[in-house]
Amino acid sequence: MTREEIIRPENLVYKKPELLNNNSMHYCPGCSHGVVHKLIAEVIAEMGMTEKTIGISPVGCAVFAYNYIDIDWQEAAHGRAPALASACKRLWPDRLVFTYQGDGDLACIGTAESLHALNRGDNITIIFVNNAIYGMTGGQMAPTTLMGMKTATCPQGREAAIHGFPLKFTELAAQLEGTCYVTRQSVHSVAAIRKAKKAIRKAFENSLQAKGSNLIEIVGTCSSGWKLPPVQANKWMEEHMFDYYHVGDLKDNG
Amino acid sequence: MGKMKGAVIIDTERCKGCNLCVVACPSNVLALSTNEVNHKGYAFCRDTNPDACIGCASCAIVCPDACITVYRKKAD
Repeated sequence: MTREEIIRPENLVYKKPELLNNNSMHYCPGCSHGVVHKLIAEVIAEMGMTEKTIGISPVGCAVFAYNYIDIDWQEAAHGRAPALASACKRLWPDRLVFTYQGDGDLACIGTAESLHALNRGDNITIIFVNNAIYGMTGGQMAPTTLMGMKTATCPQGREAAIHGFPLKFTELAAQLEGTCYVTRQSVHSVAAIRKAKKAIRKAFENSLQAKGSNLIEIVGTCSSGWKLPPVQANKWMEEHMFDYYHVGDLKDNG
Repeated sequence: MGKMKGAVIIDTERCKGCNLCVVACPSNVLALSTNEVNHKGYAFCRDTNPDACIGCASCAIVCPDACITVYRKKAD
């Protein structure tokens, strides 16, 4: 069989999601954000919600998310994405509203907005990409940085006596009455990516059916911040991150 | 089930040479270029062993920049 016989429209198995436009993403090589963007683009298209979705982009590495996924977007002030999402959803109850936030945006400056939006049970989905570091500003310590992990602002490693403990935001959210579906996923392998996609779909459907707020934490890598090549960063994540941030559903009332 | 034959098309200008696809491929179809870079300066991904491709799409699924299109056909 020749290559020309295989490369025909009827044999297509996978292509760049249609909602992902041709802008080259500014993310570093191997960054988990790219995979999560693809999943969101695929899920929105599969649900037929292209014209009825509002994404809220954060401050942080994903600040330019609106340049890559071809839907309606709002840019929020640092950490305030869930507040903006609550407003959008209340004004347009038929819209699919989600926020896309990193750990610096959601678990540090935006902790109050995020917890209260989830606690109010606003019918939104928060996608929380946790790479345990501030990626955009150059690899500083985040609230989610693991114990002993070295960053630009804790070069000797994170120490509980000085820096406190890594924040398990998703576990906190699971305790709130307003949340419907709280899960932690990752995107380091084909199987994990498929699971994460299912989780995003479920959360989006829950929020459309007005079942409450949904939080999807995606444990991701930051190869630049961690100073590891992408493949090793994935390995490091499997060995270190999953011990503290256990992958799986924490709450499922959907 | 018959043997599947696959083929990939790689957008080499979009590729950032992260190597995740090369590691994800179960058939060792892909490799990073050794003597060429794209306009961004990255050693990009290539299908150096295209006959081994089974069209499983693992490479495309893990690619953070959506550079890979995959086709699959049942071998006669």
